[in-house]
Amino acid sequence: MKITFPHMGSLYIAVEALLQELGHDVVVPPPTTKRTLELGVRYGPEVACLPFKVMIGNLLEARALGADTVLMIGGTGPCRLGYYAEVQRQILEELGTGLEVLVLEQPLENPARLRGDLRELFRGRRVSRLPWALYIAWEKLKACEALEELALVVRPREKALGLTSQVLAQALREVREAGGVRAVHQALKLGKVALRDTGAPGKDRVHRIGVVGEIYTVLEPFVNLRLEERLGQLGAEVVRTISVVEWVRNHVLKGSVGLYKTTKLERSAVGYLRGWIGGHGLESVARANDLAADGVDGVVHILPFTCMPEVVAQAILEGVARDREVPILSLVVDEHTAEAGFQTRLEAFMDLIRRSERWAVHV
Amino acid sequence: MCERAVFLGVDLGSVSTNLVLLDPYTDEVVVKLYLRTNGAPIQALVKGMKQLADRGPWEVLGVGTTGSGRQLAAAILGADVVKNEITAHAVAAIKHNPATSTVIEIGGQDSKIILIRNGVVHDFAMNTICAAGTGAFLDQQAARLGIAIEEFGNLALQSQHAVRIAGRCTVFAESDMIHKQQLGHGVADILAGLCQAMVRNYLSNVAKGKRIAPVVLFQGGVAANTGIRKALESALGMEVEVPDHYDVMGAVGAAVLAKERWTGASRTRFAGFAIGDSSFASTSWECSDCPNHCEIVQIARDGTPLACWGSRCGKHQLAGVENGSA
Repeated sequence: MKITFPHMGSLYIAVEALLQELGHDVVVPPPTTKRTLELGVRYGPEVACLPFKVMIGNLLEARALGADTVLMIGGTGPCRLGYYAEVQRQILEELGTGLEVLVLEQPLENPARLRGDLRELFRGRRVSRLPWALYIAWEKLKACEALEELALVVRPREKALGLTSQVLAQALREVREAGGVRAVHQALKLGKVALRDTGAPGKDRVHRIGVVGEIYTVLEPFVNLRLEERLGQLGAEVVRTISVVEWVRNHVLKGSVGLYKTTKLERSAVGYLRGWIGGHGLESVARANDLAADGVDGVVHILPFTCMPEVVAQAILEGVARDREVPILSLVVDEHTAEAGFQTRLEAFMDLIRRSERWAVHV
Repeated sequence: MCERAVFLGVDLGSVSTNLVLLDPYTDEVVVKLYLRTNGAPIQALVKGMKQLADRGPWEVLGVGTTGSGRQLAAAILGADVVKNEITAHAVAAIKHNPATSTVIEIGGQDSKIILIRNGVVHDFAMNTICAAGTGAFLDQQAARLGIAIEEFGNLALQSQHAVRIAGRCTVFAESDMIHKQQLGHGVADILAGLCQAMVRNYLSNVAKGKRIAPVVLFQGGVAANTGIRKALESALGMEVEVPDHYDVMGAVGAAVLAKERWTGASRTRFAGFAIGDSSFASTSWECSDCPNHCEIVQIARDGTPLACWGSRCGKHQLAGVENGSA
């Protein structure tokens, strides 16, 4: 069995480590490119959201490298992620790929099937290694996120355009190659030093822009047209509000035993949204409020075209922007999104934010 | 003959290429050119520069470029400021009337709304996904009715009773128009209905959720259409002002920004009017050195590479002008 899974940002580093420790033969899909998207658009339903299409592309490209089994996550609620795995299974079957799809979802939903899929996942594997595998994957996940978040701070201050992204890519590579937990920690430490080194001294005050939105669009640079990198290169420090570490803590650890509560988010969103509306809709509204309270200079909201929870959030964010007097820019992406228009909006947004300082129009 | 000092502003757009010369003392527009891009931006730009040179001599103190082709224009001209079209339009609007609080800009393929408070941009939006609220929509429907786009507005104004046209999408609008014609409605009434449909599209797609307050400026190529202006005024219930240079406001904004950047001590990067005699060529290829497969574009003047962009890693990059902040 050769196992693969779709991409989401740098998550593959942790997932690969987890599966490898369990003794799996892992095929990481090639990095997401235009070709991946073309495959997804060709074989995915036209009305599906962009993440779905990209994932189908990932899986087909992984199959070309010899994968025969897919590991997916499931979900429930208004977000369409809940039926991703099922639709993928059907599409992959109709295409005659022979790919088998194993789905991990919260045990409260469909315990019998989850048991079956887990049995398949662990058959003939080193189950005793599971705690260790989880440990190293968790450490790698945390290391990747820490490096990425540091890069967000360093990038607007980088000595040469594009340097931070290069150093970050190298640091992530080191984390991926680290063979044990100690090596992961070592790679993290060295990566941090290298990243700090790319910043030019004396550039302390930069604009801070928070990013909220649908998790996959926020985390996958190919899909968000390298939003974080663009903002950083336009001179903004990006504040990420989406974290896989948090997601795992909330939805996998607490959620699977029914302990995850959205009370805190609801408190932040009070006056705008009263409860969970699926996906990251509530998070987007709550985090935008938190960011405004934190004094960021602006908020970018990114969502896939036709994403229901985020469309609801988008409408609400107009009100948040007005009440909180914080500029909010909503960006919708799908396979037709053009880079030029995307960049134009970001540049104009940064101009808007600089209005009180360097860029003031003298009349 | 003495050279007259000016700032040059260029808006290289998908439909039109606009060039403006601005007087540095009075901020008056000295010369303006509105050329069709016709899918050949470099040729349009070079042609425009020749026409400007013929009306010279000029001493260009600074150059600003904007529009979707701002990088290209900057590389060829040697620009001092490269600015996105939203900021450029806002700057021109504020220069025209400092009391402006809403800018409605409808161009060939995009439309935007810019909200201004206390003389600075406060919020903006551009059309996404759909172009049913732009000039291209009107162009198509006018062509179908066999009417020159220049006559469109005045014909629409003659309407006594505007017909309701389903304007969500250009294709459906067309079937609805044919249907209304077959029912016997007059051309003027159908045109007025089209104007209202386009304004509805604009207000519900681009301007949704935005608070439109007077003074409202209407600019962009479509502002020439008096029918649209009237439909906007009746939908908004307020007066809509069309500035004299409505069709080249982006270029005016770029020139104003070039002037703001100018200190007197700095020298412009302007390549001179001689570029009208050079030949420019652009080549593009997909770099396959890594999985990113960036599309690289290179601009050459008389065979010498001038600028190159498109790579994420910085490879092949040949600095034109730095983008973004000014």
